Amino acid sequence: MSSSNSTNVGIVIVSHSIKIAEGAADMVRQMVGNAVPLGWTGGDVAGGLGTNVAGILAAIDAAWSPAGVAILVDLGGAETNSEMAVEMLPDDRRARVVVCNAPVVEGAVIAATEASGGSSLSAVKRSAEELYA
Amino acid sequence: MRFDRAAKERLVQALAAPMLAHADELTSLDQAIGDGDHGLNMKRGFEAVLAMLPGLADKSAPEMFKAIGMTLVMKVGGASGPLVGTFFMEFGKSLPDTPSRGDLVAAADKAIVAVKARGRSDAGQKTLLDVLVPVHEVFAAGGDGAAIAAAAAEAAERTIPMLAIRGRASFLGERSIGHMDPGSRSTSLLIVAAVKALEFEAGS
Repeated sequence: MSSSNSTNVGIVIVSHSIKIAEGAADMVRQMVGNAVPLGWTGGDVAGGLGTNVAGILAAIDAAWSPAGVAILVDLGGAETNSEMAVEMLPDDRRARVVVCNAPVVEGAVIAATEASGGSSLSAVKRSAEELYA
Repeated sequence: MRFDRAAKERLVQALAAPMLAHADELTSLDQAIGDGDHGLNMKRGFEAVLAMLPGLADKSAPEMFKAIGMTLVMKVGGASGPLVGTFFMEFGKSLPDTPSRGDLVAAADKAIVAVKARGRSDAGQKTLLDVLVPVHEVFAAGGDGAAIAAAAAEAAERTIPMLAIRGRASFLGERSIGHMDPGSRSTSLLIVAAVKALEFEAGS
């Protein structure tokens, strides 16, 4: 689910489809290699289309960086479940995780590219969200 | 209303029963204007809650509701998991160990505020809040179980002509009109089951 020792901002991809999550993660890796910690998750607890809080928490853990983690989501439930997961994080981590208002694939690639240059969490979020601006 | 161990167990079973029995109906409502997973998701969540009995009923009221909420958050998925789960979790957090009716009203109020925040929504957008908000008014005004149950069923019916503003149904725009909101239906079923199990009398 992740592989990087980087201290750059981590990226988490949350899609209803594990294939989209994994495919977007492949595209991120193609752009930035192992320069950013990366986690992804997709599907409900039964393996169907959907999202689940436990999977999102695991992906955040996999992409954890002291610089924080930016989450990219697809449809509404992914966002709601991601926000729920963020609230369930320990206090010291909660403030360092953001959900970006950006398209999941393009947002993940742009956010990761920004993160790979050592940008702050807020700069990473801003770059991803410019796609909807 | 007595909220002893037997009442807690009865309540949990009563909440789960319609989610198991109406899974197909909820799914077909969701197929009309959503992604078609609501029935299965709620069934899975409440099966997981049922599996926590009998231990679940040994907990204090606040702990029991928090545990139900957490299980629903983790098992239901979709947008309903965090929304319905948040209701139960916040409801539990706000309750004393032996709640009076007034405590239940106050806790439900806080839980509804939390659901609004979680969904960044309010009544009038064709969501479960269109049941929670009007039913809570009847509950807070001292309505008995029959009045609360009637309000819940009517509130779900009133979502049929509504335009969806939040959730997957909002993608359909005006085509969301003419279908009952699945989340409102499941919420009304849960409320009807709860008031029946707890035998609410009129009061304040």
